[in-house]
Amino acid sequence: MAGNNNSRTMRINLKVWRQKNQNTEGRLVDYALDNVSPDMSFLEMFDVLNEKLVAQNDEPVAFAHDCREGICGSCAMVIDGEPHGPQTGTTTCQLHMRTFSDGDTIVVEPFRAKAFPVVKDLVTNRTALDRIQAAGGYVSVATGNAPDGNAIPIAKEIADMAMDAAACIQCGACVAACRNGSAMLFVSAKVSQFSLLPQGQAERERRVSRMVWQMDEEDFGSCTNMGSCAAACPKEIKVENIARMNREFGRAMIFGRDRKQTAED
Amino acid sequence: MNLDSKIPNGHISEKWTQHQFESKLVNPANRRKFNVIVVGSGLAGASASASLAELGYNVKTLCIHDSPRRAHSIAAQGGINAAKNYQNDGDSVYRLFYDTIKGGDFRAREANVYRLAQNSVKIIDHCVALGVPFAREYGGLLANRSFGGAQVSRTFYARGQTGQQLLLGAYSAMMRQVDNKKIELLNFREMLDLVLIDGKARGVICRNVLTGEIESHAADAVILATGGYGNVFYLSTNAKWSNATAIWRAHKRGAAFGNPCFTQIHPTCIPVSGDYQSKLTLMSESLRNDGRVWVPKSGTDTRSPDQIPEEDRDYYLERVYPSFGNLAPRDIASRQAKFVCDEGRGVGSTKLAVYLDFAAAIKRDGRPVIEGKYGNLFQMYEKITGDDPYKVPMRIFPAVHYTMGGLWVDYNLQSTIPGLHVLGEANFSDHGANRLGASALMQGLADGYFVIPTTLAHYLGSTKLDKVDTNHDAFKNAKAEVEAGISRLMNIKGSKTADELHRKLGKLMWDNCGMQRSEESLKKLLEEVPKLRDEFWNNLRIPGEAATLNQELEKAGRVSDFIELGELMARDALERRESCGGHFRSEYQTPDNEAQRDDENFCHVALWEHQGQGKAPKRHTEELKFENVKLATRSYK
Repeated sequence: MAGNNNSRTMRINLKVWRQKNQNTEGRLVDYALDNVSPDMSFLEMFDVLNEKLVAQNDEPVAFAHDCREGICGSCAMVIDGEPHGPQTGTTTCQLHMRTFSDGDTIVVEPFRAKAFPVVKDLVTNRTALDRIQAAGGYVSVATGNAPDGNAIPIAKEIADMAMDAAACIQCGACVAACRNGSAMLFVSAKVSQFSLLPQGQAERERRVSRMVWQMDEEDFGSCTNMGSCAAACPKEIKVENIARMNREFGRAMIFGRDRKQTAED
Repeated sequence: MNLDSKIPNGHISEKWTQHQFESKLVNPANRRKFNVIVVGSGLAGASASASLAELGYNVKTLCIHDSPRRAHSIAAQGGINAAKNYQNDGDSVYRLFYDTIKGGDFRAREANVYRLAQNSVKIIDHCVALGVPFAREYGGLLANRSFGGAQVSRTFYARGQTGQQLLLGAYSAMMRQVDNKKIELLNFREMLDLVLIDGKARGVICRNVLTGEIESHAADAVILATGGYGNVFYLSTNAKWSNATAIWRAHKRGAAFGNPCFTQIHPTCIPVSGDYQSKLTLMSESLRNDGRVWVPKSGTDTRSPDQIPEEDRDYYLERVYPSFGNLAPRDIASRQAKFVCDEGRGVGSTKLAVYLDFAAAIKRDGRPVIEGKYGNLFQMYEKITGDDPYKVPMRIFPAVHYTMGGLWVDYNLQSTIPGLHVLGEANFSDHGANRLGASALMQGLADGYFVIPTTLAHYLGSTKLDKVDTNHDAFKNAKAEVEAGISRLMNIKGSKTADELHRKLGKLMWDNCGMQRSEESLKKLLEEVPKLRDEFWNNLRIPGEAATLNQELEKAGRVSDFIELGELMARDALERRESCGGHFRSEYQTPDNEAQRDDENFCHVALWEHQGQGKAPKRHTEELKFENVKLATRSYK
């Protein structure tokens, strides 16, 4: 039970990626922490480390985080080679130190990808994902002209599948896990959500082609069907979304009304 | 100070329609001549940005994150209310209005709340059209569940992540306008000051958190949608970056602050586990649809929960409030949890927790049904605590969750500064002294999608606005002040971290201005907070440089504002000599320990006007008139 483990504390050795900015080289730096409680979250352990660093007048480790509930998608650490660490279906902020053992050495690095430049230490710039969203991840409906919510019946199974895809938190773990730095799982989750729902049908071809072109534009790599993305995904987005997106993309290229224009974009 | 609430005349059900008709318009060709700044990208900010850009205004949206989708609306779990009456259980716009006024313990404006209930139905329609994957019944129609303070099922939801799905809807609408070049997205920007020219809000000063650069942005109107200030308490269910800086600095520029002491303590959060605790995690109120809250009858009962027989358990909410039971409103459920823990009947190692038990529901409906409704919440609970809630009851305790107070706004959502509009949790307007569950999402989206498009057009269409740009002296001066403030913080070079001082503030606030307040505790707080403020300005340490990503500097700026706001909250709580909703003064309670309102003397909004650094703020009031709902003692028994 939480709170009952307080008597047992651990010593943790950390090797943390430190990098001043995008233009300088980074390196792993060793830190040791005593008295780590098993009930701490991984980020709370970093809070403790940072307070210690500030007390020594050193710069604390910069890392992205916000909600600490596993939903905002800010936190992004590669822990012992795995985005978000060893526990499946878990964001960095929801990983707790009880997963580790006394005396463990843990290597912590940023989410690395060509499309995610390092800003500082463990913080990378993942705005490429927003630009993909802007390229087509929406239903073009302006405020004020929607029909009654129940005028669009959606079978529960379909709504559930769309919801499974919509659970993506845009953290970029799929990209960091991929040896090619591909964003296919992210983009396919977005495409799937809309292509499954009746509301998404009108822009079906335009959406998928524009999002895929933008993904290429942003220097994400190609998909070679390794599936590491789905294994790393903290929301367990399924790799079948990629198959659905490929089908949607093929369909758009063959039948899409504006395929020529899109291809020239 | 102009405190005209601008509530339209006419019958309550006609006010909004009439007001829309009487409001000035801006013709479509002229809209592109107006620039609007929206600060914040949560439900209120993203929906406002999208709607205004769709209409043709030029919008600049500032957000502190890399992506607008990370705003803390994302974390809302349970659902969103709407008076659809799809369930045929007697719901109506009037009933949602009534429940919200009563839930707020009669400290909200009738006209605003009625408009909120009216707009609620349109929100669901629009979100469905945007592709939000709401839960469905097998027939394909929308599903509902119940929330606290209501006897109807009017809450729409998307598993346990309704906030994320609604925000993704608003975010996608907003990103469409980014692609259309109608919105300029200024991410990684933190607003640090509001710029006034001729008494009107004409822009903001912000810091690019990646480069440290201080930027000026001019506009014809400014909208703040920056959320609440629950992080004054350090430990809350808010995200770590949620802060009060934008509203606080606008307050210091002249925007009155309404009811700062009205904070909501949510009854079902995961209890604190140690000193290193950085935040608290909510377990959605929707769990109280199926979970039963209890503690052992005896404080000395140390048996594990499964060994305690029914007759030795006290299902205290069901006992005290038979008609609402486990779905009593938040303020009431929190207070009862505190009472049983004060009696020594709390559970767990700290004795500061109560059980939320699903055994009966699992036995009744089977595990798959419970898993379908709450799967991700159960999983989250297990990750944080290491306990499996399918097998042992959850342990929960109240925690700071939401702030009903905020910048005062009139019916047009305009603050006391012309041209400064405030939406969502950042304003004070719709929830009175206690917010009902699933109403925050409703308010954020109503403000952004449906209210501001009308009221901002009215402002732009009826106000003479000279052309201004960032070369104006007001921008230069504000920028210089912000830069001086940052260098002052950097040069303290003391020995304490911003977090250390923030934790200290949080403890002071929780102990003295938390679930229960008294004249004594508040007076103590008013002595202690200024001392903490001195300590902050003499002993803070920020390593590194300002002209780069510096998270310690970001935190320090926010904590300096939280300290000042904390003092105002204490003042407000002290002056409000009654109990109402979440504001529970121990001196004012009924014989059975419920909040004792004083309608004769306090049926008003308290507004605070900043008088300058180091001077006591001035208190004004806006009387609340109840013409449709009769003031009554709230009863959920």
